[in-house]
Amino acid sequence: MISDLFSVTVLIGILASGIRLATPYLYAAVGETFSQRSGVLNLGVEGQMLLGAFAAFYVALTTGNLWLGMLAAMIVGAVMGLAMAYVTVNLQAQQGISGIGFYLFGLGMSDLLFQKLMGTVETVKGFPRIYIPGLSDIPVLGEIFFNHNLLVYLAYLLVPVAWFVLNKTTLGLKIRAVGENPDAADSLGVNVARVRYFTIILGGTLSGIAGASLSIALLNVFQQNMTSGQGFIAVALVYFGAWRPVGVLGGALLFSMVNSLQLWMQVKNVPIPPDIAVMLPYVLTILVLVVTVSRVRAPSALTKPFEREE
Amino acid sequence: MTESNLLPSGRTRIDTLEIRGITKRFPGVLANDRVDFDVKTGEVHALLGENGAGKSTLMKILYGLYHPDEGEILLNGKPVAISSPTDAINLGIGMIHQHFMLVESLTVVENVALGLPSSRGALTDLDRVSKRIVELADIYGLKIDPSAYIWQLSVGQQQRVEIIKALYRGAALLILDEPTAVLTPQEVDELFAIMRQMVRDGHALIFISHKLHEVVEISNRVTVLRDGRKIGTRPTSETTKQILANWMVGREVGFAPDRGDVEFGEVRLQLENVACGSDRGTPGLRGVSLEVRAGEILGIAGVSGNGQRELAEIVTGLRRIVSGNVRLDGQDVTNFPPGELTERMLSYIPEERMRDGVIREFSVAENLILREHHKQPFSRSAFLNLREISAHANRLIERFQVKTPSQDTLAKNLSGGNIQKVVLAREISRNPRVIVAAQPTRGLDIGATEYVRDQLLEQRKRGAAILLISEDLDEILALSDRIAVIYEGQIMDIVPRADATPEKLGLLMAGVHPEEGAHVVK
Repeated sequence: MISDLFSVTVLIGILASGIRLATPYLYAAVGETFSQRSGVLNLGVEGQMLLGAFAAFYVALTTGNLWLGMLAAMIVGAVMGLAMAYVTVNLQAQQGISGIGFYLFGLGMSDLLFQKLMGTVETVKGFPRIYIPGLSDIPVLGEIFFNHNLLVYLAYLLVPVAWFVLNKTTLGLKIRAVGENPDAADSLGVNVARVRYFTIILGGTLSGIAGASLSIALLNVFQQNMTSGQGFIAVALVYFGAWRPVGVLGGALLFSMVNSLQLWMQVKNVPIPPDIAVMLPYVLTILVLVVTVSRVRAPSALTKPFEREE
Repeated sequence: MTESNLLPSGRTRIDTLEIRGITKRFPGVLANDRVDFDVKTGEVHALLGENGAGKSTLMKILYGLYHPDEGEILLNGKPVAISSPTDAINLGIGMIHQHFMLVESLTVVENVALGLPSSRGALTDLDRVSKRIVELADIYGLKIDPSAYIWQLSVGQQQRVEIIKALYRGAALLILDEPTAVLTPQEVDELFAIMRQMVRDGHALIFISHKLHEVVEISNRVTVLRDGRKIGTRPTSETTKQILANWMVGREVGFAPDRGDVEFGEVRLQLENVACGSDRGTPGLRGVSLEVRAGEILGIAGVSGNGQRELAEIVTGLRRIVSGNVRLDGQDVTNFPPGELTERMLSYIPEERMRDGVIREFSVAENLILREHHKQPFSRSAFLNLREISAHANRLIERFQVKTPSQDTLAKNLSGGNIQKVVLAREISRNPRVIVAAQPTRGLDIGATEYVRDQLLEQRKRGAAILLISEDLDEILALSDRIAVIYEGQIMDIVPRADATPEKLGLLMAGVHPEEGAHVVK
């Protein structure tokens, strides 16, 4: 019976949906990678995603323009990032606590706006799948890799871009230096505050896109708390990926594949209690974190506010 | 611009730099009080003073990290505004900080390129920077591999990276903030050779230190600061160590502490073939054997990070011993917990006094009973005897001359010297049989240093066995009866005080046996 369930079609379905499901994690976790490499832990990702998801959905719904929706999500994410940057860089608040504050703000605000402006769950027609002549027609591989919408492709494109920026540009060098030893960077005339503002706002913008990818590209609805912890998973994936975009990609794929598998098991009524199945990706995350994280070193200045001692 | 105006790096010289009437106030402190200072091309001008005398503040103002409340800075006779390190760098001023400003996880070339505009715009140009580093290194005799990671380099090499970083940015004037504090004697000689070369080539150097013999050796002129005020400036040739020391402290200072003769007693502390790990997972100690007798100070000399911390931690029960054993008064105490060792009258003056020596948020009185708080007379069953604790605090504050507003003052509000006095008072007043003292005077000024050393000698006279771990060779030589040199977790040699010279110890500290070293040179 089990062999019956794992036919090729099923396998293709699981893999293709795993690739799709990784999309929001990629945006959010790559953004978080930037902010953590510069020394700032942003735990507000989840809240930024929620507000981004709502903004994208509401604008797309009312204007009928998906790109305006995207823009709205980016602006909302960036503004949340700006606020987070002010609180952590200027006011030097405890990053863990202020991040949770931003999460709760995003959670409550998105729900309030949803209640006031919409009231009921509606749907939009999200970004369509893109047919790539040639590639999409390849049997099996085409269905797994080349049968997705634009935001999915962009998410994967983001990974090498982020790697390039971090490792091959002067900006990336500054970001890494600021996250390891802000005093040293400061003494060489690097503006620590400006670098951190940049990474936190970039992180917020990408979190906004992550939210939009859920509400107008993958699920095409908005509901209260629709991200259900994905922003926190994204933060965990940054640790998992050892603060490297490629590592984040690996973590996002692993997590999403297991998630995809468990979703399918529920649909197919595989005799495993659904509560257990839902837990699988999370348990896996914890296990892998326990095994990997102790071996890699976080940016030395992570969570430490910078202040010139005067 | 004539040829002679140029430095080997291709930059223009700074003929004179003058600081006039600089005043800097911090809340409750006057850090600099109308200070004048100047430096010329081709000279080393030493800036000497105790901790808190205002040396670093003055230099941070010159480097644009602090902003003065009053006064002006003149470069080649013209007033300049230096409001950030970038301004200072653009004017040709470089600074080698006491704590290196290097990013350990980046390479040499990345550290040098950091913050500079790239010749490829937004993309890095590390290959070109690397080429220029090699050029500069050749000109100035600073050997360095541009692609090495900072964490792979020795402290001396890291300092060279700092110098190259400044030269790369066109520094004509270099501020060296206590550059010798972390170096072996040989590395100090190498640094001084580099400094002399730079001065010959027309650089202007400011050398901050509180080590008198170094100031006398390297500088052309010397300025002494005390309590934020300038005491005086003299050509170095017209001063002596004694004059400078009196200027620094404001009273007569004795140099060599009075050791007195002490009969050694029985062996109190004994280590046999002890091995343990370190925090990085590398072997911390690799088979260390030594013994300390009653009435003896055994000094452990070595360059930072060669197992000193691990040694202190295994003796005090803070780190697990993998093999070998430790005996206290002849009894095996290997891997005994710290509480058990306290019972056996072991005392510990830890290296990180703010972190391990006191609880910052506790009052002086509370800190003074940390070791014995659970015992009579400080407590009875579950209750603290506050009256006795208070009386105890008053006694110790008086006996150890702790300067504190009251016994209820929080430890974190005391100065470094007074915190160390609190630690000393707690550890010594219980008349311990064995004392482990790790870097007991690091960061303290001459007055407090004198006091701490006298107290240790007092304990030696009383018959305590003292393990003195210090990276300050002068301190080791001044206090120890025998000197063990530690290198990469092993004891290179144990030398009686009479046979120990800085040169001999320096070679051992670098991992070279003097006899073998001679062969290598041939």
